[in-house]
Amino acid sequence: MNNIIINRLKDKIFKAWGIIATFIGIILLAVFIGDIFKDGIQRLNLDFLSSLPSRFSEKAGIKPAMMGSIWIMGFTAIISFPLGVAAGIYLEEYARKNKFSSFLEMNISNLAGVPSIIYGLLGVQIFVRALQFGNSILAGAFTLSLLILPIIIVATREAIKAVPNSIREGSYGMGATKWQTIWYQVLPASLGGILTGVILALSRAVGEAAPLIAVGALAYVPFVPSSPMDEFTVLPIQIFNWTSRPQHGFIINAAAAILVLLAITLIMNGIAVYLRNKWQKKLSG
Amino acid sequence: MKPGKKTGEKIIEFFLGGSASITVFTTLAIIVVLLVESVSFFREVSIIDFFTDTQWTPLFTDKHFGIVTLLSGTLLTSFIAIAIALPIGLSIAVFLSEYAPKKLRQTVKPMLELLAAVPTVVYGFFALIVVTPFLQTIIPGLSSFSSLSAGIVMGIMIIPYISSLSEDALFAVPYSLREASYGMGSTKFQTAFRVTMPAASSGIVVSIILAISRAIGETMIVTIAAGQHPNFTANPLVPIETMTAYIVQVSLGDVQHGTLEYKTIFAVGLTLFVFTFLLNTISHWIKNKYREEYE
Repeated sequence: MNNIIINRLKDKIFKAWGIIATFIGIILLAVFIGDIFKDGIQRLNLDFLSSLPSRFSEKAGIKPAMMGSIWIMGFTAIISFPLGVAAGIYLEEYARKNKFSSFLEMNISNLAGVPSIIYGLLGVQIFVRALQFGNSILAGAFTLSLLILPIIIVATREAIKAVPNSIREGSYGMGATKWQTIWYQVLPASLGGILTGVILALSRAVGEAAPLIAVGALAYVPFVPSSPMDEFTVLPIQIFNWTSRPQHGFIINAAAAILVLLAITLIMNGIAVYLRNKWQKKLSG
Repeated sequence: MKPGKKTGEKIIEFFLGGSASITVFTTLAIIVVLLVESVSFFREVSIIDFFTDTQWTPLFTDKHFGIVTLLSGTLLTSFIAIAIALPIGLSIAVFLSEYAPKKLRQTVKPMLELLAAVPTVVYGFFALIVVTPFLQTIIPGLSSFSSLSAGIVMGIMIIPYISSLSEDALFAVPYSLREASYGMGSTKFQTAFRVTMPAASSGIVVSIILAISRAIGETMIVTIAAGQHPNFTANPLVPIETMTAYIVQVSLGDVQHGTLEYKTIFAVGLTLFVFTFLLNTISHWIKNKYREEYE
């Protein structure tokens, strides 16, 4: 009898702990963000968004960093989207199931686990030096593109896999070629899933600081970049720079810049989740 | 089919295959880049010193290149992070798959994944500005940069890596196994830990290995909150430097290309790459070998 009571008690205790564990991370994150909000909101105004950085914390703004992030994100999207989707299509629709394709698969899952700073070391040797892009937006965008390529490829494959085979068979039955089937049937049907993956990958890229520091993005950029060959900084690096300064004013600036970065990340994640839900309904309906 | 159409199809397939092979070239390029600079590093520094010296001072006049110093920093922060993330992450996985109603599971999972979506500089800021001052009120000896603070925050960040994948593995265990256990009069707790978890063990192990690999490679949190003090120690209260933080430190400075200091970041990068590569390969191997399949 006693055993049963003890076992039921254990069960109850674990359930209570499970609830605590589930929410502890989320609550801590909410507390952190609340704290940053309290610090940062006082500094967040139009001046802050449209000013250049400065030695004086109250005059400093994030315009070059924000524009740098937009440039980087734009070029990363242009480079990684077609490459990642093309690779995903190849692996899912063309590659034969053999040793080589399972090697490709293992290689991609390995690449997804390579630390981002290593991509930075790759970028500085290949794009900055060998191809002579210098410490430019282009070098940064290529580096981040390689970093997020595995994410886009995996998302593309998942989305294509979810398209029922009957759609392909119908298309072949009408006399369509393989590529016509992919282009007119498979891709439109899987676009929602692919876009979800691409947006999530880009939101990861926009938060990255380490690989861009390695390719030589600057900590202090008193100008707004105007071409892909310009030197640049991005929001995460600006935040890092301000966080490492001792003056309280810069910590407040960092908090305000974090609010902007978090807003961008959350909006992108929100769009991705919305697209995913809409797309899943379409597939199942 | 017209012959032109057929060539068109071939060209497209060639382009698609080319895009896929970029991933192979990326891996090759990473290995070549790291090896070339590391080989030239080891021409100047003895590989034995690299592994046995317990000081890391490449930027000083009296130069020492003991990688174990940086390695100890990396392992210490990762250990703390896993010590936080493993019990919490696993409990979440068991709770969500065995106890929670379906609705709760569906809403909580994406919320947990947000933890991994927050940029790491933001976590670094949390660790330095919020967590460290708070911990200092409890632990008086804590310095303003420490592996403890960085490790705890990193642990919170990697919770979803463990909880999500483990939960997937637990959830995939067929319900009949649970029913058999309940039929014997077991509680959910007994069933979860004696039946479901052993059945899902390979998936759980994979999630833990991936989380370790993620912690070892994490850069910004440790750069901001753990310090830039190479320190061969197991004391979590003092400043240390991880391998990743060292690479950032050198990249931010004015180190000229071709100098020994410049080459050190590639030797450190190679060490880091070997570690994460091994972990990722092991996890991939487990995933394929022990894939539980139920009919």
